[in-house]
Amino acid sequence: MQTFDLAAQGLRALNSTLHGLKGQTNMTSWEVINPKGAHAIAVGLDAPVDVTVRGSTGYYCAGMNKQATVRVKGSAGPGVAENMMSGTVIIDGDASQYAGATGRGGLLVIKGNASSRCGISMKGIDIVVHGNIGHMSAFMAQSGNLVVLGDAGEALGDSLYEARLFVRGSVKSLGADCIEKEMRPEHLALLADLLKRGEADHLAKPEDFKRYGSARKLYTFNIDNASSY
Amino acid sequence: MSDFPHTPPKMSWTFSNDTNAEIRRAAATGIYDIRGGGSKRRLPHFDDLLFLGASISRYPLEGYREKCATDVWLGTRFAKNPIHLDIPITIAGMSFGALSGPAKEALGRGASAAGTSTTTGDGGMTEEERGHSKTLVYQYLPSRYGMNPDDLRRADAIEVVVGQGAKPGGGGMLLGQKISDRVAMMRNLPKGIDQRSACRHPDWTGPDDLEIKILELREITNWEKPIYIKVGGARPYYDTALAVKSGADVVVLDGMQGGTAATQDVFIENVGMPILACIPQAVKALQDLGMHRKVQLIVSGGIRSGADVAKAMALGADAVAIGTAALIALGDNDPALEAEYKKLGTTAGAYDDWHEGKDPAGITTQDPELFKRFDPILGGRRLKNYLKVMTLEAQTIARACGKNHLHNLEPEDLCALTIESAAMAGVPLAGTNWIPGRNGF
Repeated sequence: MQTFDLAAQGLRALNSTLHGLKGQTNMTSWEVINPKGAHAIAVGLDAPVDVTVRGSTGYYCAGMNKQATVRVKGSAGPGVAENMMSGTVIIDGDASQYAGATGRGGLLVIKGNASSRCGISMKGIDIVVHGNIGHMSAFMAQSGNLVVLGDAGEALGDSLYEARLFVRGSVKSLGADCIEKEMRPEHLALLADLLKRGEADHLAKPEDFKRYGSARKLYTFNIDNASSY
Repeated sequence: MSDFPHTPPKMSWTFSNDTNAEIRRAAATGIYDIRGGGSKRRLPHFDDLLFLGASISRYPLEGYREKCATDVWLGTRFAKNPIHLDIPITIAGMSFGALSGPAKEALGRGASAAGTSTTTGDGGMTEEERGHSKTLVYQYLPSRYGMNPDDLRRADAIEVVVGQGAKPGGGGMLLGQKISDRVAMMRNLPKGIDQRSACRHPDWTGPDDLEIKILELREITNWEKPIYIKVGGARPYYDTALAVKSGADVVVLDGMQGGTAATQDVFIENVGMPILACIPQAVKALQDLGMHRKVQLIVSGGIRSGADVAKAMALGADAVAIGTAALIALGDNDPALEAEYKKLGTTAGAYDDWHEGKDPAGITTQDPELFKRFDPILGGRRLKNYLKVMTLEAQTIARACGKNHLHNLEPEDLCALTIESAAMAGVPLAGTNWIPGRNGF
């Protein structure tokens, strides 16, 4: 394993080094020590490597990730794994606002709680949260899956498009155009896979969840819906 | 009938025919008017400014003989690879989705031939524009439609869009009529539904966050790309200062004459400020911070001619951007298509229902039958010609003012025709030394 001391070597050197890993590199395993809440750690990676950050991170850790597996042995600040394209990001602690925002692919796992706007405008990413999520999560979520083993805050899935939301606990309120939907066998199978990949299959069963999705009433503007916005 | 004279019918200024027609339209349809373009109001504008030209105290330069340079560097503050353009007239961001693929190609062809940049929009980067644009600015928008790190890295600059002049504080809506298979795929949304473009970025709020967002973008792109921040003309002094604080290399400032693909008419006409009022405020902010010319200022919104370019630069801009004017150069609203505009219930010069996707010029549409009409090679040539003419016009004026570079134009070269424009531009009313608002008067 390669060890990178962020406090000693600096952010530019870290990202520059990780960006230098192309294709099937043999330096596939990295640990970052002394992150001390720094922003933009391990952003823009594009190689099948494993990066473990030993401590908590600031804003946008693993932003726009492709291929890489990034694990944070601590909590993550706002916008973790924002616009992720592929790969896996795992947060052992909690995540702040906008976790997985606009993500287009890959898997984000948050083993603690996620704050408000988790999965905002998600575009294909899968997000598994072992704890609770805050208000306005999955706002304008376009596609992908959000799995929450705990509770969801206010206005879940407001103005949702085609993303699928699965919540095991309570939902404080649903946002505009978000409704509970029937859980069909294909959804149970999807959930089983997501729980397994999200390191949560020992914590919950697919049958424990409810599914939420778009009523699709706001897809085409209609003046009679104006009070919904 | 009495023999006494009658009072003739008198129309109300307040309830004009246009106003009454809009009331009737709203009553009949139950929805506000949506349209493209920018403000159609009569606004204080560059027309209200004049150049003084050379005289006994100023030497002019010889037209066609003595050099008047036009090049501009953008992104010299932090970026490893700043942009060097031959002319200071850039093409503003316009989305694939709002515009057809061939129209984007034509913008790239024309801009590249003239030695300037073009800009993506709210729909991601297309091969048409990347392939045909020597210098391409990639917009980073609240919707993040199509956003990905590969395109970020193959862009020449990144423009973080906070707002635009037609609708500062507003998002957008691409109506279902224009959501073809390709547009839907690029935006990760189903075909045929209205697509909302958010008004705020999903993962940052305020200038402190923006500074960190810019750090992330720089880290992803190895600090190579200039980072622009685009704002609508709302609070230009503070927005410019905060953009500088956030780490921008370039500030793009768009006045209310700047166009949009589609938004509410009430928004376009009632929110924001004309570009003339914005430029001096932004320049003052840069000067107060000691960053004028270090952070470059690009202004847009109603730039039509080389005179407008020269006036914007005399007020302190480093470059300008054109959108609506570029579309007109491509063939938008051409009177040659009048019969087709009539069928759509409009007339050449007034057509602004770009959101409906029925553009007879084949520019603001995703209908393959319509955009087949548009020749991107010819369109690119027309745009190049127009950009060259604007540049020559600006040089003509600059030489007359004795300037050997467009950047050497200055407010001292200008006077204003109206009190309003004198106050907004901060230049004297013609024939006086009075700048309203200065020295307490």
